Amino acid sequence: MGNTIVEKILSKKVGHDVRPNDTIVIEPDFVALHDGSGPLAVRLMKEKGWNKVFNPKKVMFCTEFGPSPKRELSNEHALIRNFAKEHNCYWHEGGTGNIHSHLLEHYVKCGDVITAGDSHTTTHGALGAFSTGMGSTDMLGILNFGKTWLKVPQSILVEVNGKLPEGVYSKDIFLYLLKEIGSDGAIYKSLEFRGDTISALSMAARFTITNMGVEAGAKVAIMETDEHTKAFLKTMGREEDYQEIKADIDATYEKKITIDASKLEPMVAKPHYVENGDKVCNINKLKVDQVLLGTCTNGRVEDMHIAADILKGHKVKPWVRFIVLPNSKSVFLECIKDGTFAILAEAGGMILAPNCGACMGVHEGIPADGEIVISTQNRNFKGRMGNPSAFIYLASPATAAASALTGYLTDPREVI
Amino acid sequence: MIKNYYKGKVWKFKDNVSTDSIAPGRLMYLRSNPEEYAKHVLEDANLEFPKKVKKDDFIVAGNNFGCGSSREIAPLIIKISGVGAILAKSFGRIFYRNAINNGMLLIQCDTDNIQENDILSIDTDKGEIKKEGDTDFKIDFKIENIEKRILKEDGLLNYEEKHGSLEQL
Repeated sequence: MGNTIVEKILSKKVGHDVRPNDTIVIEPDFVALHDGSGPLAVRLMKEKGWNKVFNPKKVMFCTEFGPSPKRELSNEHALIRNFAKEHNCYWHEGGTGNIHSHLLEHYVKCGDVITAGDSHTTTHGALGAFSTGMGSTDMLGILNFGKTWLKVPQSILVEVNGKLPEGVYSKDIFLYLLKEIGSDGAIYKSLEFRGDTISALSMAARFTITNMGVEAGAKVAIMETDEHTKAFLKTMGREEDYQEIKADIDATYEKKITIDASKLEPMVAKPHYVENGDKVCNINKLKVDQVLLGTCTNGRVEDMHIAADILKGHKVKPWVRFIVLPNSKSVFLECIKDGTFAILAEAGGMILAPNCGACMGVHEGIPADGEIVISTQNRNFKGRMGNPSAFIYLASPATAAASALTGYLTDPREVI
Repeated sequence: MIKNYYKGKVWKFKDNVSTDSIAPGRLMYLRSNPEEYAKHVLEDANLEFPKKVKKDDFIVAGNNFGCGSSREIAPLIIKISGVGAILAKSFGRIFYRNAINNGMLLIQCDTDNIQENDILSIDTDKGEIKKEGDTDFKIDFKIENIEKRILKEDGLLNYEEKHGSLEQL
C-alpha cells in the first residue's frame, strides 16, 4: 500500500512506516513564533525557570505588528526581541514581513516538518513541507524539549484540472472549495492538492491555496514539488533546499474531491464566514468603503502585478480607501523597483510597511461601523479587522482591484 | 486539572465560533493582561456572556468551535472566566490542543439536544453526560488517552516537567 505525501514525510522523519491516526513524537526541522504566540511562550518559560532553546539554528522569532501601534505591544515586542537575541535565534523586526513570508523566503526546505505559532503555517505545504500551526504552550514545549507529538492525519486528495478562465485565480479555487466542503471539511486532515491546474500555477498562486488550508480546518495543506518549486528556491538563493516530494501512485486517500477549473468564476466569501462563498456576478450593487490588497494570503509580487494591470492609468473611486499591504520587504522592494507601487500609489493606493495590522484589526485599517470591505486576506470572521459591525468579503487581487476601481464589488472580467 | 465530576449551566453557541469571536484581535494589547482580556471573552458572539458567566458553567457549541487563529489567549480567557468544560460537535484543531495544554476539558459529542440554560452533569470516569430534569437524556463520550494524560497533569508543560519528555504519551 502506497503513502500520501504526509505519510511519506512523517515516515522518513521517524524512521518507520506510519499510518493515519498513529501518534508520533518528532523533532521539527524548523520552528517560528511571532508577537502573537511568542510573548506567552517566553513568559511561561521564565515562570518555569527553563533557560535553554533546543537548537537556536532551528528557531526564528519575529514581530508582525510593527512598527508598534501601542505601548503594551511595544513591551511584548521587546520581550521576544531580547529573548531571541539572548538565545541566538533568528530574528525579524516588525514591518519587514509576516512570519510566513520570512519562513518561505529564508527557511523552509522541501520535505521539512515545520511547526510555528500561527494558524496559517499550512502555507509552507506548497514547498512540499509538513507544516502546521500550534499555540504558545506547544511551541514552548518544542523550544525547551525539542519535540512535539502529532497524530498522523488522514489525507483528502483535491484534484484540480483544466485551464483557469481569464479573471479567475488560485484564490477563487480555494473559495470555491471552501464553499463545497465547509470550514470544518478538513478538520484534523491533510489537504493534498494535485492536478494540471495546480502544476501550472506559480508558487505565489500556490501559497494562496495552502495558506488558506487551515480555513477548511486542515492540519496541513500540501503539494508535490516540481520545476516551479525549484525555480522559486533558486530565486531565494537556496536551490540546494529543493528535493522532489511526491505521493505514491497507489496512496490511499480518505476522500477524493475533483474540481474542473475551467468552469470556475470569480468568487467571494461573504460575511462572516469563510465558507460563505458565492460568485461575484451573483451579488448586485454592493458599494465598497475599503479594499485591502495583500497580506500573507495574496501579498506577493504577482498579486501586486495583477492589481496594477487593472489600475494602471486609473484612479480608484474617491469613497474607497485602497490599502496595499505587501507580504514582505523583498516584495516591497521589487514592486518599488519595477514601478508597480508607483502605479498603485498613483491610482490612490496607500502602501503600508509589510505587517499584519489591517488583516487582524490591530492597526492601520480598521473599518467603521456598517462599512463594506473587500479584502484579499484569508478570514472574514465577525470582528476580524477590528470592528464586529463591519462586513468583510474575501476575494482575489483582481476582484479587489476591480472593486476599488469602480467603487462597487466588481467581477474583474468586466474591467480586464 | 481534570475532575471526576462537573455540574453547571449551559451557554449555547452556534457553529464556527472563531477565536476572533472568543478573543477579539482589536484587544490584542491585553494579551499581557489575561484577567482584563477575560472581561471581553466571547463578547462578539454573545454580549451577555462575559458579564454573566459563572464558575463551572459549560460552553456548548455546534461544529468547529474555536476555528481560526492559534492564539492561546482564547482558551486561556475561557478558563479564567470559570467555564468548567466545552462541549462541541467538533473543534478547531489548534484551539483543541491549546485548551488541553492548559488543562481545559473539551468533549467532542453530539450537542443538538442540549439547550441554553440546561443544567448538565458530566462524569469523566464513566464518560457520561446527563441533563437535570430529563431522565431519558444521556450522552456517552470518550477522552483519548493522550488528552487524558495531559489533563491529569493540568497541562502539557506540567506533564513534560514531570516526565522530562513526551515519549510516554
